[in-house]
Amino acid sequence: MTDVKQIVNLKFTLNGKAVEVDCEAEETLAEVLRDRLNLTGTKISCEVQVCGACTVLVDGLPVSSCTLLAYEARGKNVTSIEGLAKPDGTLHPIQQAFIDEFAFQCGFCTPGMILAAKALLDENPKPSRDEIVHFMDGNICRCTGYVPIVRAIQKVAGTLESKHHK
Amino acid sequence: MMPLRRFTIDQPKSVKEAAEMLAHHGENGRLYAGGTELLLAMKHDLLRYEHLVDVKTVPDLNTISVGNNNLHIGATVTHRAVERSAEAREHCPVLVDMEHNVANVRVRATGTLGGNLCFAEPHSDPAALLLALGAHVHVAGKNGERKLNIDELIQGAYETAIAPDELMTGVDIPLAAKSRRAAYMKFQIKERPTLGLALVLDVDGGNIKSARAVVGSISPKPARSDQVDKILAGSRADVEKRLADAAQELAKVADPVDDLEGSAEYKRHLVGVFLKRAFIKALS
Repeated sequence: MTDVKQIVNLKFTLNGKAVEVDCEAEETLAEVLRDRLNLTGTKISCEVQVCGACTVLVDGLPVSSCTLLAYEARGKNVTSIEGLAKPDGTLHPIQQAFIDEFAFQCGFCTPGMILAAKALLDENPKPSRDEIVHFMDGNICRCTGYVPIVRAIQKVAGTLESKHHK
Repeated sequence: MMPLRRFTIDQPKSVKEAAEMLAHHGENGRLYAGGTELLLAMKHDLLRYEHLVDVKTVPDLNTISVGNNNLHIGATVTHRAVERSAEAREHCPVLVDMEHNVANVRVRATGTLGGNLCFAEPHSDPAALLLALGAHVHVAGKNGERKLNIDELIQGAYETAIAPDELMTGVDIPLAAKSRRAAYMKFQIKERPTLGLALVLDVDGGNIKSARAVVGSISPKPARSDQVDKILAGSRADVEKRLADAAQELAKVADPVDDLEGSAEYKRHLVGVFLKRAFIKALS
């Protein structure tokens, strides 16, 4: 192991605001968000890019912040779950839909689910159910299950036909 | 899991400079692109490097282009960029289809096609398909550039023919003739494929002029043989009758072993199922 500490002076846009933070080269984006910027909405679970709990958006694309180096955020636009609600507290439509559809139980996967859903809907505002399932395939929920999550996304997309699941 | 051990990141401005940095670091350094494989192995402390050379700071390696009868994909092009590329869709739809189903959306946004090949993880979708498509990779080092086909590139599990002071600069995939029919199908219930089957056919009416079948993920490197390809050529009706023979031969070449993905016998069975499915899909 090297003794050479490389400090990265990181400048990026976080939830619409310019931030500047020093970190070490080997720090992950999740570590910088949680430990240096105190934004603990980003959850760390599997740590190997499988579960999606740590999903944040970098230039609009979903990434696993548990394994992405913070270094990769330099000059980029990062969105974490803390950046979705309006300053007055009004929730983002996806957040509201997750509440309305009871799309979480323990809530640990929820920030990642909501950000992945945002990436999907920003790119494809009216996804089919199959497209939702394919896109969300890499985000794992271990308690509520996927039906209400898919319904919440369909609701935001305006493609939820009936209140009752068919 | 423990945090990543300390390392530094170099930012080369050219392929030559990247090769020099790798040569300078020797076994303490490694080329770094998307990091979706490398950083995982480093997190698990299976690999230790003091220096990462960030190939993404080399300009012009993140492009997809068409020329010299090839679809060229630069070394730092992400899976997602291939998935969304109009050129790739036009000239190699089977590649786009495969990329659409690699790992998950986050890995596709970060991981690169080149990195996937260079890491030579046995459970690789791209390796199997690119071998079937007859792709080549370009590898550069201080002594110039060389071209390797996928079979030469991948030597075994996590082993490639790329020297520690060399780097891959891109992949060339031969453009599809109008007569080319191709399919890649996989069986996957975990994070990585249990089995992937790539089939590329050159078709003239009801006749299959030539075939190339590759099975991936069930052996240390993707497997194929001339004998299998011979069985898969001929009139479509005849080939259909010989699919089980071809599958048996392909499974023999791959020589799967029992592991957590399933028993060897089960995998041999899957080769037959997926060869049939790929055959139907390629010709549909």
